[in-house]
Formats: sequence, C-alpha cells, structure tokens
Amino acid sequence: MTTTKMSLGAALGAGLRRALDRDRKVVIMGEDVGRLGGVFRVTDTLQKDFGDNRVIDTPLAESGIIGTAFGMALRGYRPVCEIQFDGFVYPAFDQIVAQVAKIHYRTRGRVTVPITIRIPYGGGIGAVEHHSESPEAYFAHTAGLRVVSPSNPADAFHMIQQSVAANDPVVFFEPKRRYWDTGEFDPDAEPDLPLHRARVVHEGVDATIVAYGSVVATALSAAEIAADEGHSLEVIDLRSLAPIDFDTIEDSVRKTGRLVVTHEAPKFLGLGAEIAATISERCFYQLDAPILRVGGFDVPYPPARLELHHLPDADRLLDAVDRSLAA
Amino acid sequence: MVDNIAYPVQLIQPDGRRVLRPDYTSLVRDIGTQQLRSLYEDLVVTRRMDVEATALQRQGEMGLWAPMLGQEAAQVGSARALRPDDYAFITYREHAVAYCRGVDPAVMAHMWRGCAHSAWDPHEVNVTNPAIVVGSQGLHATGYAIGAHLDGAEIATIAYFGDGAISQGDIAEALGFSMSFNAPVVFFCQNNHWAISEPVHLQSPAPIAQRAAGYGMPAVRVDGNDVLAVLAVTRQATQRVREGGGPIFIEAITYRMGPHTTSDDPTRYRSAAETEAWKARDPIDRVRRLLDREGQLDETFLAHIQDASDRVAARLRSGTIDAPDPAPLDLFDNVYSADHPLIDEEREQYAAYLAGFKDAEEAEAFGRNEEATEEALS
Repeated sequence: MTTTKMSLGAALGAGLRRALDRDRKVVIMGEDVGRLGGVFRVTDTLQKDFGDNRVIDTPLAESGIIGTAFGMALRGYRPVCEIQFDGFVYPAFDQIVAQVAKIHYRTRGRVTVPITIRIPYGGGIGAVEHHSESPEAYFAHTAGLRVVSPSNPADAFHMIQQSVAANDPVVFFEPKRRYWDTGEFDPDAEPDLPLHRARVVHEGVDATIVAYGSVVATALSAAEIAADEGHSLEVIDLRSLAPIDFDTIEDSVRKTGRLVVTHEAPKFLGLGAEIAATISERCFYQLDAPILRVGGFDVPYPPARLELHHLPDADRLLDAVDRSLAA
Repeated sequence: MVDNIAYPVQLIQPDGRRVLRPDYTSLVRDIGTQQLRSLYEDLVVTRRMDVEATALQRQGEMGLWAPMLGQEAAQVGSARALRPDDYAFITYREHAVAYCRGVDPAVMAHMWRGCAHSAWDPHEVNVTNPAIVVGSQGLHATGYAIGAHLDGAEIATIAYFGDGAISQGDIAEALGFSMSFNAPVVFFCQNNHWAISEPVHLQSPAPIAQRAAGYGMPAVRVDGNDVLAVLAVTRQATQRVREGGGPIFIEAITYRMGPHTTSDDPTRYRSAAETEAWKARDPIDRVRRLLDREGQLDETFLAHIQDASDRVAARLRSGTIDAPDPAPLDLFDNVYSADHPLIDEEREQYAAYLAGFKDAEEAEAFGRNEEATEEALS
C-alpha cells in the first residue's frame, strides 16, 4: 500500500483523471474547465492531457451546459458538468430537475442519463454574493437525483469516480472551503463504502452528531473539545444526502440516545429536518432528548464579514450538545 | 443570412399550381407522381389521426390532446426529409413527425390517456419522447448533435419547436452552443402564429428567422403549408449539417387551425376571419389540387387513402381504449436505475398497505360465506 498526500481539490482532479482514463465516453464540460483548469483548478492539466474534445470549455450558460450534457448523455456519453459556483446553478435548475432527474422515469427505464453535476458549495472563503450558498436541499428533494458531498480527500477521490460510474444522475457538492485541506490515502485501493453509505468518523457514546461536507471538520473539532470536557461524541459523515443512510444514524442513536444534526444550509426545511423526523420515527423510545439542529440562519447568505456568525462552528455545536445532554 | 424573408420558399401554390423555383425544385427532383401520392397519404392519414384523437378526448378516453390540425405539411415534409439514422427531438404537437418516424399510433396514445409519461423507446425510432417544457429540447438536440459530431457520425439532428419557444432562454442558448461547437443540428421552428393565446408578434416583432443571423447562423423561411417546399428546404438543411457545414435554422410559416389543446378555447383570442383565411391555404387541399391538375387523383388511389386512414384511426382508437392502467406499484419503478433505500422502503410499505385492503376484502368475503352457510344450515 502506497499512500499519497493530497488536497481535497487535487484529489477530485486525480479522480476525474482516472475516470477520463477508464472510459472514453467520459467528458468534462463547464466554464473555464479547460486551459484555466477551473476557477478552483480542480480540472488542472486535464484538457492538456485529454484534449479539448474530452475537456470542453462551454459558453457561459448554465442551462446550456446541463441541457447539452443531457443530449450528449442520450448519445451515450457520460458528461461531468462543472457549475462554477453554488449560486450559479439556478439558471440550470429547470434542466436538472425537469429533464435530467425525470427522463429515466419518463421513459420507463429505457433511457439513462449518467450525468455528474459538480457544484463547489458553501461559505467560509470571504467571497461575494452568490458564491457561498448551500442549495443541496432543492436537489435532495427531487426524485431521480442522487446527491452526495465528500468531506475529505480520500472520499473526494473515490466518490467522484463512483459518481461518474453511476448510471443515475448525481449532484456532487464540493465543500469549497475544504479544497485546500490535505489528507493521505491510497489511490490504488478500492473504495471502502458504496456511494450511498454514511461513515462513522469518530466513535463516541454520549451523543451523535450528523454532519456532511464542509461541517464534518467542524463536528470533529467539536468532538475533540468535548472529549477534553469528558463527553464522548460520535460523529457521522453523511456523505450521501439523497438517499440518506438512515440505518447508520439509527444504529448510532440507539447507542447514544441523543442526536444533533448540523449543516451550513438554512435550518428551515433543510436536511436536518428530514433526519430529525425520520430518526424520531425510528428511535422514539431510544431518544433521551429532542433531536436538535444547528444550521445556517434562515437568511440569505450574508456578506463575508458576517459569515462566521452564520456558519455553524464548534461552539454552537457544543452548545447544542450541552442542551441535549442536559435534557 | 436569411433566405427569402419576404417570399418564403414555395413550390406548390394554394390553388395547386407549381411554382418555378429551379434552386429548390432540384432538391425534390425525385418526387414523381408515386412519391407525391405517398406524401399526400401521410398528410391525410395524420390529419385523420388528429381528428380521431380529438374525438377520443371528447369521449373521455384521453385526458388531453394537442391538435396539430393545419400543421401536417410542416411536419410530414420535414420528417420525410430525414434518414433513418438522423435523430429528431420533438414536442407534444409533433404527432405527424412521430408517425413518419415509425412510432405506433397506438403507443402514442398512452401519454395522452395518462398511462405513461411516454411509451416508446426513443432509440428504436430515433425520435425523442415529446418535450413538454417548450425549448428544453433545443439544448438536448444540440448536445446529441455534439455527441454525434465527436463520434464522427454523419447524421443530422433536428430540433422541433414553436414560435412561443423562441422566447425561451434555452433556445437562445441552443443556438449559441450549436454555433460554438459547429454542431450538426437543424433548428426547425414551426411558426404556427399562436402560443396558446399569445400571437407571434408578442414573441418577436421581427421575422423569427432573423434571429439566427445574430448567432452567425444561416436561416431559411419556407411556406410551412407546402409539403414539397418543406421537404426541399429540410433536405438542403440536413445535407448541410451532415457535411459539416454547421447548424441551420428553418422557419416554417404555418398555422394552428385548432386549439392549443383540447382544454383551450381559441374563440376567446382570435377571429374567425383569420382562421378562414388560413383555411384557404390548407396544406392537404393544395396537394390534392396539384394531383388533380396532373390527373393523378383516381378512384383507386382515393380508396386506398381512405382505407389507410381508417386503419390508422382504428389502431389509435383501440390503442387508447385498450391501454391497460399501470399497476399501483409501477409508481415506484424506474425512478432510479439502481436500488434506492427510500424508494424501496416506500414501495414495500405501500404494498403492505394495499395488501391490507385485499386481506380485508377476503375477510369480508369469508364472513359473508360463513353467514350464508349458517343460513343455509339453519
């Protein structure tokens, strides 16, 4: 086993390189993905190595990117589309939810559109408006789409390849403030989990925290602080936002009896609400406290100088954990 | 860049006389009497299909139908220009295109009856299931054409849309993308003058075909009620894109004689005089007049057309009425191509719920039997 140390962004690029190598029908398309390598450089050098028929710079039109990818998928291609920033996906919303998500159902299984839609999402990088949003609930709410978000380089490397290989369309949320976080993994090892499974990333017995994408690191630091204070927290990295691996959460909550769900997205009607409702149904008699949610506030994403108040941090998470433990 | 803005290409006049246009007649030189009769047959048969479907809707056998009355020539002429390996992207009104591509009229009915969103395999006949969101298919056709181009396939892709759809961003984006990638796609706009109740001048104060020029794309206007002219310009366009000449835009000027759908009431927004004026330009009448002028309208042929129309109408009718309702649990099929825990759980729960009714019915039936037995014994 040879491990390599890589940033999350570089791991995504390495995963895409593998996908391009493995299947000549895989094409990457989006704004600035070619010579520039994407504004976050995730596709750096791919056009140089695979040519501009495989790594395609598109006109600046998000609906156009997804709509043409849909047509290419009908022709047998596996497009990987990059939407440059979360707040730019809305012009493509119709093509994603009305066309890409529904064609398999509409044609009673005769047509598959294996499209991967990469969206750098979330805040914490001091960006301007429309560059820091968390629109994952819109897509998780749409039948026909799979929605995932890795939190670390190893998962990023494997999950992007699993998404490209999946025959269903996958909306792939990349935690942009973790692009530069590094981690070690063995690129030649098989992925240890299928795409739809969650992972326990920190074991504990007093309470469970469910997180995904950008806030997994926040949850892990909260667990470390809690350990110093004598509380043992279990942290679950959801990885797949649709479907949600409720079994893994249920197993943990049956052990700890307490659950806190966290995400950057606004709390109202967010994924936390779905998780709280379902785990309440499944674990009503095992719960020792109400399920709590720590999310972004129900406001438009604020200016950068306010974002540290908006984004869940370890203190807000621990405050919720304290309330749960006190119940 | 736009051919014939003021005088759209026409090869047959409304009174059945031919128009001398050597530049376009050369494209349909092979259309002799037999071929013209065959085009006429498709026009008559597809109109009959349309009338039958409208009747089926009125009789409660279909939930909805979008009549294409008046647009037969635009659809038959363009579809008959396509080769089997070309690919057509259609909307909910392109019944004649689907028919000419080989879609079984009995299968077409399923969507309108509500048995399925769509029922045919697009890859078997190289025509997509009807797009309902107008304009979306322009991008799909462009993407398909880009894929075909990358494959080195010498085929044409054709995107059908109406005058309403030109206001949608997706059509604008499709025109842009197709030029950027030199995609082998024909944009075929049926300007039928009305987008439900909105007249074409609300979508565009200028001739629609002029829009293509802004993208650097050539365009041609054609009399959409002239099957021969539509055949000619579509052949020219598909030939161009197959040879790598890049995308091209056709505006077929036609008229929707009927309502937008069977739920619409066109008398609320347009005059009878306007409809009457277009009736004089009927796409079927003019081919019949041409055949008549040339002495090709004999009894045997007319009987054959009648017979073909009756057969297709009967097929549509039986296909509609006999279409089985899907089973309740079909609801959960084909949402995803692989297992999905949420769908699997919901299917299982709903199956158990339905089975509960079955048990109750059986219990009830059993109870009645018990009572009957007791009564009989007493």
